[in-house]
Amino acid sequence: MRLAGEALAGMAVQTIIEQLEEMRQAARQGGGEKRVRNQHQRGKLTARERIELLLDPGSFEETDMFVEHRCVDFGMENQRIPGDGVVTGQGTINGRLVFVFSQDFTVFGGALSEAHAEKICKIMDRAVSVGAPVIGLNDSGGARIQEGVASLAGYADVFQKNVLASGVIPQISVIMGPCAGGAVYSPAMTDFIFMVRDSSYMFVTGPDVVKTVTNEVVTAEELGGAGTHTGRSGVADLAFDHDIQALHEIRRFFDFLPLNNKEKPPVRPAVDPIERDDHSLDTLIPNNSNQPYDMMELIEKIVDEADFFELQKDYAKNIITGFARMEGSTVGIVANQPMVLAGCLDIAASIKAARFVRFCDCFNIPIVTLVDVPGFLPGVGQEYGGIIKHGAKLLFAYAEATVPKVTVITRKAYGGAYDVMASKHLRGDVNFAWPTAEIAVMGPKGAVEIIFRQDAGDAEAIEARTAEYRERFANPFVAARRGFVDDVIMPHGTRRRIGKSLRWLANKQLANPWKKHANIPL
Amino acid sequence: MFKKILIANRGEIACRVIRTCKKLGIATVAVYSEADAQALHVRMADEAVAIGPAPARDSYLVIDKIVAACRQTGAEAVHPGYGFLSENPAFAKALDEAGIVFIGPPMTAVQAMGDKIESKILARQAGVSVVPGHNEPVSDPDEALRIARRIGYPVMVKAAAGGGGKGMRIAHDDRSLVEGLERARSEARSSFGDDRVFLEKYVEQPRHIEIQVLADKHGHAIHLGERECSIQRRHQKVIEEAPSPFLDKATRQAMGAQAVALAEAVGYHSAGTVEFIVDAKRNFYFLEMNTRLQVEHPVTELVTGLDLVEWMIRIAWGEHLTIRQDEVKLSGWAIEARVYAEDPSRGFLPSTGRLRRYQPPAGEGLRVDAGVAEGLDVSMFYDPMIAKLCAFAADRASAAEKLADALDAYVIRGLSHNIAFLTSLITHPRYLEGRLTTNFIAEEYGDRFEGTELPHEARRDLAAIAVAMRVIEAEHAMAASGKLPGWRPAHVADWRVKLDDELFDVRLDDPVGNPPTLRIGDRVVQPRLDWQPGRLLATATVDDRRLILQVDRRPEGYLLTHRGAQVAVLVRTRAAADYAARMPKKQPPDLSRLLASPMPGLIVAVAVEPGQEVKAGQELCVLEAMKMQNILRAERDAVVESVKVAPGDAVASDQVLMTFVGAAG
Repeated sequence: MRLAGEALAGMAVQTIIEQLEEMRQAARQGGGEKRVRNQHQRGKLTARERIELLLDPGSFEETDMFVEHRCVDFGMENQRIPGDGVVTGQGTINGRLVFVFSQDFTVFGGALSEAHAEKICKIMDRAVSVGAPVIGLNDSGGARIQEGVASLAGYADVFQKNVLASGVIPQISVIMGPCAGGAVYSPAMTDFIFMVRDSSYMFVTGPDVVKTVTNEVVTAEELGGAGTHTGRSGVADLAFDHDIQALHEIRRFFDFLPLNNKEKPPVRPAVDPIERDDHSLDTLIPNNSNQPYDMMELIEKIVDEADFFELQKDYAKNIITGFARMEGSTVGIVANQPMVLAGCLDIAASIKAARFVRFCDCFNIPIVTLVDVPGFLPGVGQEYGGIIKHGAKLLFAYAEATVPKVTVITRKAYGGAYDVMASKHLRGDVNFAWPTAEIAVMGPKGAVEIIFRQDAGDAEAIEARTAEYRERFANPFVAARRGFVDDVIMPHGTRRRIGKSLRWLANKQLANPWKKHANIPL
Repeated sequence: MFKKILIANRGEIACRVIRTCKKLGIATVAVYSEADAQALHVRMADEAVAIGPAPARDSYLVIDKIVAACRQTGAEAVHPGYGFLSENPAFAKALDEAGIVFIGPPMTAVQAMGDKIESKILARQAGVSVVPGHNEPVSDPDEALRIARRIGYPVMVKAAAGGGGKGMRIAHDDRSLVEGLERARSEARSSFGDDRVFLEKYVEQPRHIEIQVLADKHGHAIHLGERECSIQRRHQKVIEEAPSPFLDKATRQAMGAQAVALAEAVGYHSAGTVEFIVDAKRNFYFLEMNTRLQVEHPVTELVTGLDLVEWMIRIAWGEHLTIRQDEVKLSGWAIEARVYAEDPSRGFLPSTGRLRRYQPPAGEGLRVDAGVAEGLDVSMFYDPMIAKLCAFAADRASAAEKLADALDAYVIRGLSHNIAFLTSLITHPRYLEGRLTTNFIAEEYGDRFEGTELPHEARRDLAAIAVAMRVIEAEHAMAASGKLPGWRPAHVADWRVKLDDELFDVRLDDPVGNPPTLRIGDRVVQPRLDWQPGRLLATATVDDRRLILQVDRRPEGYLLTHRGAQVAVLVRTRAAADYAARMPKKQPPDLSRLLASPMPGLIVAVAVEPGQEVKAGQELCVLEAMKMQNILRAERDAVVESVKVAPGDAVASDQVLMTFVGAAG
């Protein structure tokens, strides 16, 4: 008897193992061969292929492979595919833990069901509890309409998780297919959005609704394609040419990020010595102070290995934001770009930089600010658009930030914009100026026209006064005498000076007063 | 000896002269225009005097300013370099009157040799062989026809005051002669204000070979052998070498003797060059004498071991030239390549701008004469030459190989340059065989250079190297902190490298050794790589081949530059490559629908607006670059779709300024 019983149990286990393998196979097939082929024809990889390329080979461990939807309406009870349109789990990127969800467009068009949302929420909870980032690969037709409000509830659950995870772990969204309607708001609340050219789009209401309501005729690509969101709306950070490139670059991007808000940024052995002087920087600033130069050259020459991961490079190009490393450790770079709008601050630039500064502050990433700013962009459009509040965002973000802040003024630092750009007054830890720095309320010409209004019309007198003002203020010494600038440094030694400042700032302790949260001017 | 010398020049030649002065312990004075305030020659000199605005006619060519600068600094002598005032009698006279020594030949010789017709007469009198022709200016077509029939077609019509190919015509028959005569005269009149032209036999398959002479003020003259400068583009020398692969000892001696005879005949002192044209049978004919230091003098210095600038200074001081002709020994081979800021793919259009990266090669047997440094501008106001790169080795093949390696290692970023073109020239089979004529470039390349293709073996090497680079980068990335405990990287054995459109399957052995063992097809290679992430220069040894290459980062790979070829390389795991193969290929954007900025600059005006129809040739916008206003025009009929820039915007090279729709035709 005993013997027979064991044999029976053995058979049952054998059957279960076979069943399990069948279920796994079914899950791996997703929406089936035909849909997979269609997915490829659209220039898109499948959910699992994407995970394979994103993570270290063999590192992915899937969760909830057997989850199915619970809908019994509209014939859905007869259509069940294990996994329910999203692949979730965790793995590593260069050995560092990351949680991933990847929506499967071949299964119900990647539509979000209650169960699908639960899977996403589950890995987000895990990510928060262990302190590891979440990367969402979005490719979904939208809500699972058959499920009605249950699907909407699923969205809201994800939104709530996004918000609670915000500032605790980095959240990255990669839009690799459609992302429309309510679905856009989950990526919108994550820290970074990347898109794929020609195969992804994001909008709240699609071209058909737009045409009905406003009579505007627009394609999905124009309304919410990668070009639109990286160049015009600023919703997305970067666009990539195709899935493979996107996933490869996101691995590179991930390497810069800390795992959570309690950890320091990752450090890798530096092969680029911090003492590396670059004498070509001594001639970066043109003789004529109205002539632009490329701030990107300065960034590339001071960071480790000239490796700069620029974000939002097609949006508000008058300010540069992105990650780099100094002595192997991640820093956030914010820099005015004199090549565009003379590097002034406007609405878009303020918003772009403010959000970047806040990310760095959330995740203990030191901020290096390179300043050449002639002021805020004047204009009716700017004022009507609320430059007061938007400019305040950047001011607020810098003032609030408690991470190490190192600032280098290369040329102009005029007016309120001087204050904003991580000045000493906003708790800048180390503020350097190049000999070419001009720190003043405004440019010499404008200043003279106000101070010496009585001389207006007398070109000679104005010129003399301008020269006088220039001599008095168009230099770093006035600020240095008051300690607003810690030192005047030679351009060639900028890397060394920033690097050594970051060394002693590494254990900086600074806390803002207890509060529920600050009220940044949104 | 002089205590202080002023160098009335800029760029590489000013730096070159300063170097010798320093060696001799002579103080130096640089002069500079507004555009050159931060230039290298200013930094190198002991003193520097500003002499005015950027255009040379307002600074480097203003005699009074140079003389004043000498007076102000107490310079006792002036070295004029080449170009600018180096062959200007008024300058020499002004210096003479101010009691300042001109380091160069006597002006009587300069003037005698400066006139193409007079110089020929003098040469003939001195027993120098000249091209059969007629030494009198010709204006009457009938007379021209008579002369042409006497010396035989083809004949060349040449302006007396000519240079740089202006006022020059080749005629193969009576009709083209009559036509060419008129054209040459009118061109000469408008270019030089002197419409005298003369006729001479046109030498076919000509080679340009010149003899360096050195003479002192005491009647002693010697020659230092020849330089072959046949590799020219539009009469501008590009590659020069010493000795010439074509001359035998007898010809060299004969040419040298004639050159010395000519120098003696005109009472020459200082360094000078007698240019000959040499035909396929080693007949040589006098072309002209250059009464200055030549650009390409370094190759002579390398094979003779002499410092020509030093001798110019000593001779100007009045010293005896202590070298006898029989002491002049030519040893080894030197080849010079002129590195220009120009865009060979755009018909060699000059390129200007900031040298964002500039790392010249260095090493034994290499000499770089440069007037620039990283972070300095190549200005539109002057000659676009960046540097002269010379390689010196025991024989010609080794020198060419060394030069090619040095060109591979020459890092220039920020502007277009001709490094790839020079590499192509120096590795060209016909060049290596020494089958040169002054038409070499025109015959082998035409009027532009689009790049080189690497041989299969080199491409395969690059594929292996690219995987080795990816391994280095991956190891670098995996060394970061914060990894999961117990994590070990999985070995990825199979890689697929895409070089432009060619695929290479590469297998990486486990464990990854140093160097890694890679299998490509049936070959096993172990590329030893000297490179770190972020470095622009890499050296690799594959089997016994040593490759120098430049590396620029690109998504998923690199842009590799080697032997004049730029190769876009994608390095993918086999898995990624297989997925890529399943996807439809994306069409690259249609560039004919875009107006891209040809150079960095400032938008001054925009002449069109979206929706506007434009005709081919119509003005679209005005781009100011280096104080020059460039009108950008429509290439074809089209409708403006969008305008991406506004007046006042600074734009980068290749930035899209406008897009068009309905580009008809």
